[in-house]
Amino acid sequence: MVKVFERPKALADVPTHYCPGCTHGIIHRLIAEVIDELGIVDKTIGVAPVGCAVLAYNYFTCDMQQAAHGRAPAVATGIKRVCPDSAVFTYQGDGDLASIGCAEIVHAAARSEQITTIFVNNGIYGMTGGQMAPTTLPGDKTTTSPYGRDTSKQGFPIRISEMLATLDGPAYIARVSVHNVANIVRARKAIKKAFEYQLAGKGFTLVEILSTCPTNWGFTPIEALNKVKSEMLPYFPLGEIKDIEAGEKK
Amino acid sequence: MGERILMKGNEAIGEAAIKAGCRFFFGYPITPQNELPEYMSRRMPQVDGTFVQAESEIAAINMVYGAAGAGARAMTSSSSPGISLKQEGISYIAGAELPAVIVNIVRGGPGLGGIQPGQGDYFQSVKGGGHGDYRLIVLAPANLQEAVDLVTEAFDLADYYRNPVLILGDGLLGQMMEPVEFKATKLRELPAKEWATNGLRNHGGKTNIINSLVLDPHGLEEHNIRLQEKYARIVEAEQKAEIVDCDDAELAIVAYGSTARIAKTAVTQLRQEGLKVGLIRPISLWPFPVKDFEKVIPTVKSFLTVEMSAGQMVEDVRLTVNGRKPVYFYGRMGGIVPAPEEIAAQVREILGGAK
Amino acid sequence: MGKVTFTEERCKGCELCTTVCPVKIVVMADKINSKGFRPATVSDMKKCIACAACARICPDAVIEVEK
Repeated sequence: MVKVFERPKALADVPTHYCPGCTHGIIHRLIAEVIDELGIVDKTIGVAPVGCAVLAYNYFTCDMQQAAHGRAPAVATGIKRVCPDSAVFTYQGDGDLASIGCAEIVHAAARSEQITTIFVNNGIYGMTGGQMAPTTLPGDKTTTSPYGRDTSKQGFPIRISEMLATLDGPAYIARVSVHNVANIVRARKAIKKAFEYQLAGKGFTLVEILSTCPTNWGFTPIEALNKVKSEMLPYFPLGEIKDIEAGEKK
Repeated sequence: MGERILMKGNEAIGEAAIKAGCRFFFGYPITPQNELPEYMSRRMPQVDGTFVQAESEIAAINMVYGAAGAGARAMTSSSSPGISLKQEGISYIAGAELPAVIVNIVRGGPGLGGIQPGQGDYFQSVKGGGHGDYRLIVLAPANLQEAVDLVTEAFDLADYYRNPVLILGDGLLGQMMEPVEFKATKLRELPAKEWATNGLRNHGGKTNIINSLVLDPHGLEEHNIRLQEKYARIVEAEQKAEIVDCDDAELAIVAYGSTARIAKTAVTQLRQEGLKVGLIRPISLWPFPVKDFEKVIPTVKSFLTVEMSAGQMVEDVRLTVNGRKPVYFYGRMGGIVPAPEEIAAQVREILGGAK
Repeated sequence: MGKVTFTEERCKGCELCTTVCPVKIVVMADKINSKGFRPATVSDMKKCIACAACARICPDAVIEVEK
């Protein structure tokens, strides 16, 4: 008998505080798998956000910094400039990255900072109890859009990947999902490519990952995966949205 | 002897940082300190350092957090409104016990205020300005040589105590030109930064975490108790002030920074008139130089605090004097710099019994 | 041909693994773990093909797969 799948070493062997079925757990593991596969845990430094993943600093075995809300790309800039041979990643939710941290992510991307951002998009603020996010879909009910997101008063969701792809700085931007195993495998590939581009000095990389929040969506974990497939995919199309190695922008 | 170079204050501060081994500067333009980031953008590449014009003052202080957490000597600068923006970041730096040097070239406030010098950020620097029970070491130079010396010391203090240090300047200091000498000084023994997040391979494989979150209240209280113990050590060891002519003084002027320099001229003038006047010039605003005050409170009959503000440091003077002697106040706001004669007139009024 | 091991104490009973097994042998157990969750388990190990689909969708790295 040979092991074909086990907990990656870069994932700390501790229970997490995430809700049952929360896709943060899958995404953490994919990042750890990639760190293991590339053999870079000794030179990786991760930056945890404010949000449900604030405790991410306890869940990876590499060096970690916890950043103020939205500021992870700036913190990562400081780290990578000091340690240019390291692999630096930020792990951010939709409030952290697309709301309070919108300037930081745009400018880190524009400066083509050699960092990798993992953007966990579940269209809601989990940690604070289910408020509307910049990526909440029109019509969706949250605790601050109790009648459903009314675009005439509360605006439209932001497609971060497409927006950042208009910049010349990014080297690789992809949107993936983790709502079934086939997409989990593709997500892992995208994360690996993003880290590889960073290690090769190609520039800023970002992987947006469509994710669930069963608790605040009011669904079971299984139902929540279905919401990603039936409602999020049409608004947030999957694919490699920018790849400097692939020639022209898509 | 060292070479003396005529430099603008903002630039001298930048050069002092580079001479102190700072190789990471993150800043954003704001008057009256623009020459500092501009100077760093020229000098850092020359010394293989890093200059980043950040997208905002908020981004800049967070870049300092990251760089300091990775073990580097990092610095940012701004002026009053920009320092307000940095407050959350400064609280994080203090909470995570990171070394950092922050320079505030103070302008008139509140709000957008003006671009002339001021001292209205004393409260922000010494009593806050971010959230939580933390303290900043605050150093207030009164001339450019002192600014250079204090910047050099600031990096050592920051590393030694793992705490942010604020250089509280003002628009006068930032813009004036004076000859300065960059002395090669080794100020104190500093331990290696074993706690830095520069990759497991650089510190024996043990995971390092830079963090200020402690959700368990008992744990957070313990953390705060340790911080307070650190601050008590700083209070004991790092007070700094200059006492001028107080041995026989009937009145002592209390002033810091550019205002103290102007007050010194007033003291000279008043002494020539036969009035027994001295000056206490706090150089460390936090820790407040209580020990120096205790030397003069027994014999000095009254104190006149002079500030370019509505009166902020005067509250700490009153706390320190603690009712033993009267404490008067004179201030100018809006960016107006008082003339020596204004201060002298106030002293004459007090000593003449008119106040 | 395949063997999966579930670290039941880490399972939060989210049931995602039960939806992806191609030979439909992943089920929820009849017991509760010490955290109060009903863990996932395997009903018929002989049928396991070690595809690791269950392990890949598990958010808590509960599942180890051998071949």
